[in-house]
Amino acid sequence: MNSTTFKRFLPLGIFIVLVGFLAVGLTLNPREVPSPLINKPLPQFKLAILSEPDKTIAAQDMLGKVWLLNVWASWCVACRVEHPVLVELAKTNQVPIYGLNYKDKSPAATAWLANFGNPYAQSLIDADGLVGIDLGVYGVPETFVVDKQGVIRYKQIGPVTPEALRDTILPLVKKLSAS
Amino acid sequence: MKVFLLALALCSSLFVQAKVAPNTSADPALEARMMLIAEELRCLVCQNETIAASHADLAIDLKNQIRIKLTQGQSQKQILDFMVERYGDFVLYRPPLKTTTVLLWLGPFTLLAIAAMMLVLNVRRRRRSVQPAALSDAEVTKARELLANPPQN
Repeated sequence: MNSTTFKRFLPLGIFIVLVGFLAVGLTLNPREVPSPLINKPLPQFKLAILSEPDKTIAAQDMLGKVWLLNVWASWCVACRVEHPVLVELAKTNQVPIYGLNYKDKSPAATAWLANFGNPYAQSLIDADGLVGIDLGVYGVPETFVVDKQGVIRYKQIGPVTPEALRDTILPLVKKLSAS
Repeated sequence: MKVFLLALALCSSLFVQAKVAPNTSADPALEARMMLIAEELRCLVCQNETIAASHADLAIDLKNQIRIKLTQGQSQKQILDFMVERYGDFVLYRPPLKTTTVLLWLGPFTLLAIAAMMLVLNVRRRRRSVQPAALSDAEVTKARELLANPPQN
């Protein structure tokens, strides 16, 4: 290619590269901020259980099994969207789901579960949202995959979709359970 | 009707303010230090606002956390580190310079340098290729003629 043709097509080339960048940018979700907690131990917590508020569960009680921690609230609209997915998942007994009832009122939360079904092995009460802050929660619902050593291995921001479950979460759970 | 609705909207925003007010601390110096730190932090719920400017629930909670940590005697750096540990570098309005952010920090300057270089090269090349053309003998005679007998309008 001689230099005049090169010069003539240079702006077009730059334009195409720019369009490429912008096109990729459009497919990204700005709300999905990578969590710094991936591959870090779950923060310490000791929280009351929604169904039996005089009992508590602490982070170390959960060691030895792979489990999902789903952050939810009765005021959270997107939680309604993902809820049937979790209810279905709970029926298959593939992985225990624990709920973190985030900044909610317990009566409202209990009523919500009675209405829409309860997929949770237990729900923990995080009324003031402090454990939520330790978990870097900023958009309910969020779901964490925790391994046998109590290390966070994956975080789903926003509703758990059947696709996310099939393609990412369940394969990961299977892999972690086998190890 | 419009005026009434507007008045109503303004009043309701007053109520919102009033709802937030109990969270603010009585100590204005503490409040000022808290706001200084909150200005450095991005509200992840409404991503183009600082925590200081945001009225999102999470922003209010985080402002409370900053107040508590300040009263515990923690430094600004300790508080910012606390936030980064949980929410990542994205929470900082001034991201730190490290390998993953080098492009972000140096990219614009690199592009500027490339553009400046191209400009200088172009100007030089043009200066070289556009030499003032020498006049031929016939043109010189014609110019002399014109200068000696300027055409009358």
